Amino acid sequence: MAVVSTRSGRLGNRIAIAIVIVITLIFLSPIYWITTTAFKPLVQATSVPPSIVFEPQITPFVKLFTKRAQLTAPVAPEVYEAAPWWERLVLDGGERLARDGKGNVVFSAYPDRFINSLIIAITSTILAVSLGTVTAYGFSRFRVKGEADLLFFILSTRMLPPIVVAIPMFLMYRAVGLNDTHIGLIILYTAFNVSFAVWLMKGFMDEIPKEYEEAALVDGYTRMQAFFKIVLPEAATGIAATAVFCFITAWNEYAFALILTNRRAQTAPPFIPSQIGTGLQDWTVIAAGTVLFLIPVAIFTFLLRNHLLRGMSFGAIRK
Amino acid sequence: MAFLIIFNVFPLLYSLGFSFTDFRASSKAAVNFVGLKNYTDILADPVIWRSFSTTLWYVIVSVSGQFVVGFGLALMLNRPIPGKGFLTTLLLLPMMLSPVVVGLFWKLIYDPSWGILNYALGLGKTAWLTDANLALYAVAITDIWMWSPFVMLLSLAGLSAVPKHLYEAASIDRASKFYTFFRITLPLVAPILLIAVIFRTMEAFKTFDIAFVMTGQPQAELISSRLYKMAFAQWQTGPASALAYIVLIMVLCITNIYVKYLNKAKER
Repeated sequence: MAVVSTRSGRLGNRIAIAIVIVITLIFLSPIYWITTTAFKPLVQATSVPPSIVFEPQITPFVKLFTKRAQLTAPVAPEVYEAAPWWERLVLDGGERLARDGKGNVVFSAYPDRFINSLIIAITSTILAVSLGTVTAYGFSRFRVKGEADLLFFILSTRMLPPIVVAIPMFLMYRAVGLNDTHIGLIILYTAFNVSFAVWLMKGFMDEIPKEYEEAALVDGYTRMQAFFKIVLPEAATGIAATAVFCFITAWNEYAFALILTNRRAQTAPPFIPSQIGTGLQDWTVIAAGTVLFLIPVAIFTFLLRNHLLRGMSFGAIRK
Repeated sequence: MAFLIIFNVFPLLYSLGFSFTDFRASSKAAVNFVGLKNYTDILADPVIWRSFSTTLWYVIVSVSGQFVVGFGLALMLNRPIPGKGFLTTLLLLPMMLSPVVVGLFWKLIYDPSWGILNYALGLGKTAWLTDANLALYAVAITDIWMWSPFVMLLSLAGLSAVPKHLYEAASIDRASKFYTFFRITLPLVAPILLIAVIFRTMEAFKTFDIAFVMTGQPQAELISSRLYKMAFAQWQTGPASALAYIVLIMVLCITNIYVKYLNKAKER
């Protein structure tokens, strides 16, 4: 509130700060907990009472990337000596690394899924943002018949529950052989994100004064030249923010990925939970996979902090 | 535009067709036209009615929770607090994370024998996710954790837009804090709060990932999970399409209301 100069106002302020800090800590504790679990030795991850103090180690990450088997007999000292440091970590835990015929370490499926996620999210973001920017420019600069209805229609495509759309999508993809392919998911995520990109970019485009392009057009630029040389540089921040939002949506998407992929093109979100329940539950490995998966989003959240409001409200509310 | 029509309108028409048949995507048996039978079956199915009422209760619990926590936080943050920007960004982190992964690590937190939650609150061996009565609330708590920041973000925007001179005038008139809040703050923030609430209602209604990953309790089964099971576990493609259509119409209604308010906010 505006009046804080009174004594009681200042006291109220201090109390508010204290409460906010406590709540922030409570809010962050789940994230803290999963992060520390990813660095814990297996026994300490599931110990009772939960262990707060522990020696951080990166064994869970080594385990995350490799295939392992239980050790049946203790390893010979010379084998242990010859092993690289990361293999020793696994041997210490009573497991050995699976190796193929040539003696190379066999990787787990995680790196593949992670790369799938990257490829699909990045490609669909680029497509959605370019389509969205052009469409938004059109909506922003030209009179389009039934503009409000069209914009509503575009937005409603994003509002549909994924499961509802997934049934016909699954059947269609099966008919044309797009099931479990990168292209299939890329197309789908692009369609999903275009609507969002249009809404958000239209807000940014509306903010660029029309006079800039009009001046350029008078100077003999074509519409295309004006768009590329005047509008795009002006809209750069908006494009970047939109791109990050599209990336996060595609990166986090679960329902479609679960239904439309199973192995080759599977992304990380459906893969990580599927690891639970296969044999022994090693929560440290799951936590390690989760933490790696969350890092890009956490970084982007910090980069985006000033645009979050706009993105989350589809560009309707600006500060 | 053509792209959107192909990928959004066509599949829907395609499944509208299926909703009147006994088609099963897993078998090659001939497809028969059954008219409105799927729709009448669904409306007579107690399991589906239970899913709907569970979903409704879930929406009420989680949206009101988010509203209270989010708006409360916003009221407290709407003061000159050092490091406010940093605190806000930290608070916003949960809503950017992937719902599945969030569901997954809350599962670890909720674990009855060694989860941190039971230990921290001294609850012994409360089985949050496998107890039929608790599972839904456990999922709702996770949802509140994830989405309160969203309500907070929108409320903060609303609060900071309230003109300062109104408060000055109120303090000159010696208006009580209570009066100031209900007569100045609330009416001016209401439109934006409404947007936040409608948006969250819509999203909570669609919740799939968190609930699906966290619990398999039939008492906590939301309509999306029911739909997934019908379509992809039991392969009743026809009836599932019919149910999907019912859900679709409900979502479109809420969306329509939402967009109306969104456009109103834009005009201001």
